[in-house]
Amino acid sequence: MYKIVSKDMLTPTICRMKVEAPRLASAAQPGQFLIIRADEQGERIPLTISDYDRSAGTVTIVTQKIGASTSEICSYEEGDAFADVVGPLGIPSDFTEMSAEELASRKYVFIAGGVGTAPVYPQVKWLHERGVAVDVIIGAKTKDLIIYKEEMEAVCDNLYICTDDGSEGFKGLVTAMLEKLVNEDGKKYDQAVAIGPMIMMKFATLTCKKLELPVIVSLNTLMVDGTGMCGACRVTVGGKVRFACVEGPEFDGYLVDFDEAMRRQRMYSTEEREAIEHHTCRIGRGK
Amino acid sequence: MANKIPRVPVREQDPKVRATNFEEVCYGYNAEEAQLEASRCLNCKNPRCVGACPVSVKIPQFISEIAAGNFAKAAEVLAEDSSLPAICGRVCPQESQCEGSCILGIKSEPVAIGKLERFAADWSRENGGTKPVVAPANGHKVAVIGSGPAGLACAYDLAKLGYDVTIFEALHRPGGVLEYGIPEFRLPKDKIVAAEINDVKALGVKIETNVIVGRTVTIDSLLDNEGFSAVFVGSGAGLPRFMNIPGEHLNGVFSANEFLTRNNLMKAYRDDYDTPIHAGKKVVVVGGGNVAMDAARTALRLGAETTIVYRRTEKELPARVEEVHHAKEEGIQFAMLTNPVEVLGDENGWVRGVRCIRMELGEPDESGRRSPVEIPGSEFDIETDTVIMSLGTSPNPLIARTTAGLETNRRGCIVADESGATSRPGVFAGGDAVTGAATVILAMGAGRKAAEAIHKYILG
Repeated sequence: MYKIVSKDMLTPTICRMKVEAPRLASAAQPGQFLIIRADEQGERIPLTISDYDRSAGTVTIVTQKIGASTSEICSYEEGDAFADVVGPLGIPSDFTEMSAEELASRKYVFIAGGVGTAPVYPQVKWLHERGVAVDVIIGAKTKDLIIYKEEMEAVCDNLYICTDDGSEGFKGLVTAMLEKLVNEDGKKYDQAVAIGPMIMMKFATLTCKKLELPVIVSLNTLMVDGTGMCGACRVTVGGKVRFACVEGPEFDGYLVDFDEAMRRQRMYSTEEREAIEHHTCRIGRGK
Repeated sequence: MANKIPRVPVREQDPKVRATNFEEVCYGYNAEEAQLEASRCLNCKNPRCVGACPVSVKIPQFISEIAAGNFAKAAEVLAEDSSLPAICGRVCPQESQCEGSCILGIKSEPVAIGKLERFAADWSRENGGTKPVVAPANGHKVAVIGSGPAGLACAYDLAKLGYDVTIFEALHRPGGVLEYGIPEFRLPKDKIVAAEINDVKALGVKIETNVIVGRTVTIDSLLDNEGFSAVFVGSGAGLPRFMNIPGEHLNGVFSANEFLTRNNLMKAYRDDYDTPIHAGKKVVVVGGGNVAMDAARTALRLGAETTIVYRRTEKELPARVEEVHHAKEEGIQFAMLTNPVEVLGDENGWVRGVRCIRMELGEPDESGRRSPVEIPGSEFDIETDTVIMSLGTSPNPLIARTTAGLETNRRGCIVADESGATSRPGVFAGGDAVTGAATVILAMGAGRKAAEAIHKYILG
């Protein structure tokens, strides 16, 4: 069992938990993810790793209530334990393999959307600790849905907030912000990294293409085992089939077939709706 | 005299009934049936069956104990060589191994060795079980990667020799393919798989789930930091193959691994589990191995009309004869000499059919099998809403990529000699990780051999 040592709600629908998983914590790197199974009857849910503390043996996960399983995860409290937590999965971010000299000359911009802001944090933190220049753009529908603002401010050079309704920061999309930074403010970046909903990563990639800025995206595909066994996570990248779990989750955004990836993400939407109804029943029975 | 008795038929669940449930197909022998069948064994001086068994079970001995009514003793004889007899009795391809070389098979039918093995193992489990003799602890630690048949067999033998064995399993339940791959109706999970794994644990073997070697830990960290003297890699053949035809990534196309894992490991067929599964109304399964049969029979039980599409003829089907027979009885359609060329989609990106081409058998290839050749212009469409690709698997590259000095061949399999020794001292390997996808019993055989080699490596 994997004990939850702390929990806080970042928004009414997004929770943050620190979970005991010593082996995982000691191996985790920026860009990797984990799989969680709340209880014996639960699904295996892939979640990004938002932080890790090797000495305390804990990993931090940030979950948004979307379906039955993510709602179940969020219903757990401090002191409860998950049945299974496994990882780290996937290949660490490219930059973790780069030399200090290589990194010193590079300037990064991260584009974070919604709950995707959480996995951006360990990447920015890692780069910041090594003296690399990093700007971060966070996008959310409205002010109340912005997460990781203070944490991010502490580890990046410049933080730009965008909201759809203008309740905080720039009113508009993250892509418009990026264009403004590059075209109007004269910012120069060597690498963009976009993490968020698939649709946001698609448009961030289109904007980056226009700006001739290389972009890495992190694909949150369907998965079962997370070790390459099921092939549910397959995506077309540069015309080739790739498994997001073992060959990703990060890919060159220019090469990803986002439309196919978005369609595949909806594969079990009918079953998931049923699961939500079914799930409610189970709770009603006093599970 | 003995061989005048016809082979005792085994009782099975009615095909019409079992096509709608996930309970075990075969009921197995009762004591009376088992003793009668056991009496057919000639107890050959030079038993060919033993030589044909990858783990060299002393077949005539355990059968004569059954014939004599000494069922507990029969189970003890089995336990000397096999860690998973109730499993092997159910899933081994006996017709090409022990039973295939039974002398009775020449003129009539071979002894039902598999069903007898199953009987002895089941009887023993239901009557308190056997506990093999374990040597005193020798203080050496061995790590086993993967809790499938290879890893369990290796761990079992090492534990009997007095080693302190820890198995690392990537998934949340131990068993490997026994758990995620083979369906409940062929191999009950709690009653049989969990019970036989508990027998291995009873010897002191520890199983740590949720550890992915190559990610959570590495072979180097196990050897250098955790005090293990040797490592056995039994990580299986994990990565599913696809055909690389148009439409293969439409919604509704799955690998057999995904479909079976959702149903077996993740229990999608049970109402009390959250796992979603898509079986649709009409399912086409592409492939002809045991996994294809398992996927088709699972889809059928989930309510779909199911067709198996295979590019050769029924004679070449690599699946066990018994599985093909069972699949047919249950109402699975077989489209032989047929190969998909494209998966057809609807306007929403979901599967609506498979375009296939008819095949004929051409000249034999290097393996001696006649290779199928397309008949030009013979394309036709099969209407379906789900396609399950069951085309075999290739080894997971994770361990090879993260272990310096571990040689692999061009198919990505770990290179190991007869004893399981790899290019890296102290690292042994066996099962599908070495051979590519094969059978439970071959993996167990490799695990046993490696256990012997590890024993020699550590204690000379």
